[in-house]
Amino acid sequence: MMLELVANATATLPPAISYSSQDLVTNLLVFIMATFLGVELIRHVTRLLHTPLMALTNAISSISMIAALIVMSETTDQTLLILATVGVALASTNIISGFILVERIVRLFKTKPKEKPKEKPTN
Amino acid sequence: MTLDPTYVLLIYVAGIILFILSLRFMSDVKTARWGGRSAALGMAIGVAATLAAYTIQRVDLLIGAILIGFVVGTPIALRVATTALPQRTAVSQAFGSLAVALVGAAEFYDYHTTANTFTLSVLSAEMILGFLTFAGSCIAFAKLQELIPGRPFVYPGKNFVSIAILVVAAAVAVFLVAEPSQTFALPIMAVFALAFGFLLVMGIGGADMPTVIAILNSYTGMSAAGLGFVLNNKLLIVAGSLDGSSGFVLALIMSQAMNRSFTNVLFGGVGAKVVKTAAGAAAAQARPVQSLSAGDVATILENARSVVIVPGYGMAVAQAQHTIKEVADLLQEKGIDVKYGIHPVAGRMPGHMNVLLAEANVPYDQLWEMEKINPTFPETDVAIVVGANDVTNPAARTKPDSPLYGMPIMNVDKAKTVIFIKRSMSPGFSGSDNELFYLPNTWMVFGDAKKVLSDLVAALKAS
Repeated sequence: MMLELVANATATLPPAISYSSQDLVTNLLVFIMATFLGVELIRHVTRLLHTPLMALTNAISSISMIAALIVMSETTDQTLLILATVGVALASTNIISGFILVERIVRLFKTKPKEKPKEKPTN
Repeated sequence: MTLDPTYVLLIYVAGIILFILSLRFMSDVKTARWGGRSAALGMAIGVAATLAAYTIQRVDLLIGAILIGFVVGTPIALRVATTALPQRTAVSQAFGSLAVALVGAAEFYDYHTTANTFTLSVLSAEMILGFLTFAGSCIAFAKLQELIPGRPFVYPGKNFVSIAILVVAAAVAVFLVAEPSQTFALPIMAVFALAFGFLLVMGIGGADMPTVIAILNSYTGMSAAGLGFVLNNKLLIVAGSLDGSSGFVLALIMSQAMNRSFTNVLFGGVGAKVVKTAAGAAAAQARPVQSLSAGDVATILENARSVVIVPGYGMAVAQAQHTIKEVADLLQEKGIDVKYGIHPVAGRMPGHMNVLLAEANVPYDQLWEMEKINPTFPETDVAIVVGANDVTNPAARTKPDSPLYGMPIMNVDKAKTVIFIKRSMSPGFSGSDNELFYLPNTWMVFGDAKKVLSDLVAALKAS
């Protein structure tokens, strides 16, 4: 019942949950290409930055917030609404802390100051 | 529906491009700042487009949840010490994986009557992955925070029990896919997945954490991609698989740096033998080592022309990175060449040592990777090892019966003089005695790394 309503309402957005096998093949293709691209990209990340990289990819994977938002908009059940809300809270915590942390760590990396090192580095 | 779907999809494409660019920016320190920023922008527009396309009735809950994210997330990010970054990473993986697992469960309950077999299978797999990663990350956090012993928890038949639990979880998942109306099975599947994740990481030792954290990172990404398949959302699929492949590549780099396979890291229980070999170490104590005071070390260093510092996890534990930088500054003022040699698995997460030293204002061009620094050791006058052990053990090259044999190491033993700063003669994580201690060109300095280095600073200043 619920799903039909949703499917009608989002007729032009790709329908969620039960979609055509053609879409499925496209999704598999996207998944495979993105995985190969990811492997190539990560192999070229300098080892200096592996720690901020992990903070960054952690934040990126919290894109699952979008899934939680979609559930929040579609469900009518109280329990499921709460599950999705908890999902949004967890994912947004990760997103916010992840991106602030990446910025903080990356700023630590500096080149050589050509003059004498400072007396009391407070950073 | 307020925003035209075509625009939503186009904004998702823009988000995908920004995520890809962000990883590209991480290839160089000079562009790295844009890495975080472009991904943040991608995330912001992706979330905004979703909110514009899907009407959320309970705006109060939405705002509350995002507010919690701000209130909890901001202090974590601003206050966490660089030494505690591995723990923070474990916590964030726990949050991320719990989020995907809970959302997956919500979708299952919501759609189980109408979804097709493929969607149900992906959802079940995604939930197993999410729940096991959640439990595993919690245990990884507890081990890194030293709430529980870092030593692997092993017992006879450990791997059999773990695999059996995973098989049961998978069997329940198959049942759920076949009989989706039997939703009572979902919590059962979740409990078995949690149990598997718990036992998996309990069986892994502290020094293997870089690999474990990377693998868990990969799982979180994979389950997010799974949600993308369920919702037919390509932004989720791409972002999830970028994270999945990132964790996978990092785990591969880590395990290659230890000359071990994934399976060995996950199921080998290396380091469990520490207790058994402690007696062996006591026996080995009889072998003579040469030890020095910090003052003697200062004299040796002043007569050197090139010095390589090799840090390990012990440096992080002793919070000695700032003191190391002081020693290096004093030496550089005397015209001595100072470099840092970083082993890929030094520390408790990938790249950990680099961040600690960068925090102490060490210019990153003085941080040398193992492959680049190793050929320079024969021309190095003094190598100083601070808080590293197994990654310097020459047995990895020479003794085929050593558990370390075949692991690429820092060839500090080839330096003209080795200064080894260490608390005691206890063996490293692998449980094997370090052959380096007994070499004629090795001098041990016993004591807390920070204390020894502070004494060294005082001695260098006095001269």
